[in-house]
Amino acid sequence: MPAVTETIETVQSMTESTYKWGFETDIEMEFAPKGLNEDIVRFISAKKNEPAWLLEWRLRAFAVWKTMEEPRWAAVKYPPIDYQDSYYYAAPKEKVGPKSLDEVDPELLKTYAKLGIPLREQEILAGVEGAGSTPAEGRMPIAIDAVFDSVSVATSYKERLGKEGIIFCSISEAVQNHPDLVKKYLGSVVPQGDNFFAALNSAVFTDGSFVYIPKGVRCPMELSTYFRINAKSTGQFERTLIIADAGSHVSYLEGCTAPMRDENQLHAAVVELVAMDDATIKYSTVQNWYPGDAEGKGGIYNFVTKRGACRGARSKISWTQVETGSAITWKYPSCILQGEDSVGEFYSVAITNNYQQADTGTKMFHIGPRTKSTIVSKGISAGHGQNTYRGLVRIGAKATAARNFTQCDSLLIGDLCGAHTVPYIENRCVSAKVEHEATTSRIAEDQLFYCRQRGLTQEEAVGLIVNGFCREVLKELPMEFAVEAQKLLQISLEGSVG
Amino acid sequence: MLRIEGLTAEIDGKEILKGIDLEVPTGEVHAIMGPNGSGKSTLSYVLSGREGYEVTAGTATLNGVDILAMEPEERAAAGLFLAFQYPVELPGVGNATFLRTALNAVRKGRGESELDAMQFLKLARQRMTALSMPEDMLKRGVNVGFSGGEKKRNEILQMALLQPSMAILDETDSGLDIDALKIVSDGVNAMRGPNFSALVITHYQRLLDYIVPDRVHVLMAGRIVKSGGPELAKELEAQGYASVQAAA
Repeated sequence: MPAVTETIETVQSMTESTYKWGFETDIEMEFAPKGLNEDIVRFISAKKNEPAWLLEWRLRAFAVWKTMEEPRWAAVKYPPIDYQDSYYYAAPKEKVGPKSLDEVDPELLKTYAKLGIPLREQEILAGVEGAGSTPAEGRMPIAIDAVFDSVSVATSYKERLGKEGIIFCSISEAVQNHPDLVKKYLGSVVPQGDNFFAALNSAVFTDGSFVYIPKGVRCPMELSTYFRINAKSTGQFERTLIIADAGSHVSYLEGCTAPMRDENQLHAAVVELVAMDDATIKYSTVQNWYPGDAEGKGGIYNFVTKRGACRGARSKISWTQVETGSAITWKYPSCILQGEDSVGEFYSVAITNNYQQADTGTKMFHIGPRTKSTIVSKGISAGHGQNTYRGLVRIGAKATAARNFTQCDSLLIGDLCGAHTVPYIENRCVSAKVEHEATTSRIAEDQLFYCRQRGLTQEEAVGLIVNGFCREVLKELPMEFAVEAQKLLQISLEGSVG
Repeated sequence: MLRIEGLTAEIDGKEILKGIDLEVPTGEVHAIMGPNGSGKSTLSYVLSGREGYEVTAGTATLNGVDILAMEPEERAAAGLFLAFQYPVELPGVGNATFLRTALNAVRKGRGESELDAMQFLKLARQRMTALSMPEDMLKRGVNVGFSGGEKKRNEILQMALLQPSMAILDETDSGLDIDALKIVSDGVNAMRGPNFSALVITHYQRLLDYIVPDRVHVLMAGRIVKSGGPELAKELEAQGYASVQAAA
C-alpha cells in the first residue's frame, strides 16, 4: 500500500515541530467585541442579514443556554471556561470578486497552500471569476467549502452541483437563498436546548455548510468542508445541516486545523443530518485541531454535538471519524433510527498522546422495526493521554428484531496513559439482539523488535502496528482521506515510544 | 563475514553468553547446536540487537563493521537477517504491506531505489511460487492465523526478499512437518552462494540433512565447546550432548 510508504516519508521529513498546521495567517480581520450577551447574538444575526425568525431562534437558544450548566459527566478535566473572555465573531475583511489569483489576499492563498488545497480549488475558494466550472484534470474533484474562523470563505464547484439540483453552500447563504429548507430542518435533529454546548452554538453560530440532495440524486463528487480557527481568543461555532431526500446519496468530508497557541480555544459545533426513505449519508471527519504541546499547554477544546436522523425507511447514516487533535474531545456522533430497516454506523479512531483527553463514542436510538447499528471504536492512548469510549445503545419497545453490534478496542502505548470503556445498553424489546465485544491490548515489545529486525525504525513500526489496529475504521474512509488519516496517526504518536 | 570475539552478554544481570568466539566466512553455512538453555537464542538476539540483552564484553563485526553499536534496523540494512523461532503476529497489518515496507526500508538503508507496488508484487509472487506459498498469504494479516509451517515459510520469504548477506535461522525446523521442512530448506539452499552466509541454530540433526553445513559448533553453558565438520552433528545425534560435555 503506497499510503504506508508515504506515511513513513512524511514522518521522516518532519523535524522538531510535529504539528505542521500550527502556522498563523496574518490577515485583516473584523471582530465583534469580546464576551457573550444578547447584543452579541443580535450583532451576529444583523451582520449576516438574517430574517427575524432566525434571530428569534437564536435568542431563544441564548435564553436556554443561560439557564444551563456545563456538563461534567465526561471523563475529562479542564479549568473553568470563561465564556465572556472570547470573541464570538471574527471574519476576514472582504474583497469582492477578484479577477485572478493575483488579486486575492496573498496571505489567504498561502494558507490554502499550506493546508494542501490544490491550486484549482484555491482559485475557486478565493472566488476568482470563471473558476469552478471545470474540475482540475486527472483527478476526482472534491467540492470544498472553506470556513475560516467564523465565516465560510467560499465554496467550489457550485455550478456543476447546481445542474443536479444539489445545493452546497455556506449556511449563511442557505438562510438567504433557501430559507424554507433551513427553517424546516434547522434544530430538527439537535434542538436549541439539547445540551449546553448545542445551545451555545445555536445562539452564536456564525457559519458552516449546508447540503441538500434532491430526490433520487447520487451526488457525483465528495463534498468537503475545511474548518480553520485562525484568530486568537476566538471560539469557532459552526453549524452544518445536511438533508438527503428520498433515494439520494451523499458522501461528506470534514477536516479541521488550527494554529499552535498557548491558550485553549473553544470549538463547539453542531452537525445535523436528515436522511429520508432509501437515502444514504456518509459523514467522514479527520479532526486535527491543535492538541496542545507536549506539556499539555494550549490546544482546542472540541465540544461537538453531531446527530443524524434516519427518518425514512431503509435510510442509512454512517459516521466515520479519525480524532487525532484537540486537547479535549467531547463528541458523540449519534443516529436516531426511526425509519423501518434503517441503518446507523459509527466507525471511530481516537488518539490521545501527551496530555490529550478524549471522551467520545456514539448513541444509537433504535425506534423503528428491524433497525440495525454497527459500532466499531478504536481508542489509542499514549504518553499521559486519557481515552474514553462512551456509548449508548437504546432499543425501544417497537424496534422489533433490531440488531446492534459493538466492538471497542483499546491500544495502550507506554504505562502512563489510560483507556476506559463505558458502554450503556438499554433494551426494551425481546426480539432485539445486542452484541458487545471489547479488548484492551498494548504494543508488544516483540512486535516492535520484529519490525525493526526487518529494517523499520521504531516510529515506523509503531505507525504500522497502529494502522493495522485501526484498519477496520480506516477502510471506511474515502481514499484520499484514508491516506491523510494514516499520516496523521503516525505523526500524532511521534515520540510516544522509547 | 561474521566475526565474534570474546562476546559476553547478560539479561537482568544474569550472564548467559560467557565468551563466544566464532567466525562465519562469507559463502559458508555454519550450524550451532546445543541443549536447551545453552544460550543459542540469546546469541541470535544479541547479534540482532533486541532490547534487554546487555553486551558486557567482546566484539561482533559483519563484513568488518561493528554491529553491536547499531540499532536493530541499521543491522538489518547492513545485511543481517534473523528468522524468528516464533514469528510475531501483527493483527490488521497486511502481509504484502509489511513485506513491501520492510523491503523498501532495507533497500533505502542500503542506498538502493525503492520498489513500487507493481515491481514488488512481481518479485513477491516469484519468490512465493518457489516456496509453494499460496498468493492469498499476501492479503492476510502478518502471521495472523498462519499455521506453524506457514509462519516459517513466511520467514523464509522475507529472507528471500530482503537478500541479507548474513542470516541467522533460529530453530527454523521447530514445528515443521517433513514436507514443510524440505520446502524451507530448499529456500535456504537457494540463497547459498559466494555472497551469503548463514548461522543455523537447531536442536536436531534432522535439519542438517537438508541444509548441509560447512561447520558445526556446539554451544553449551554460554561457550562454544566443540567445532567440527558436518559429521559432528551426526555424532551428537548418536551420543547426545553429554558426551561432548564429558570431553570438554
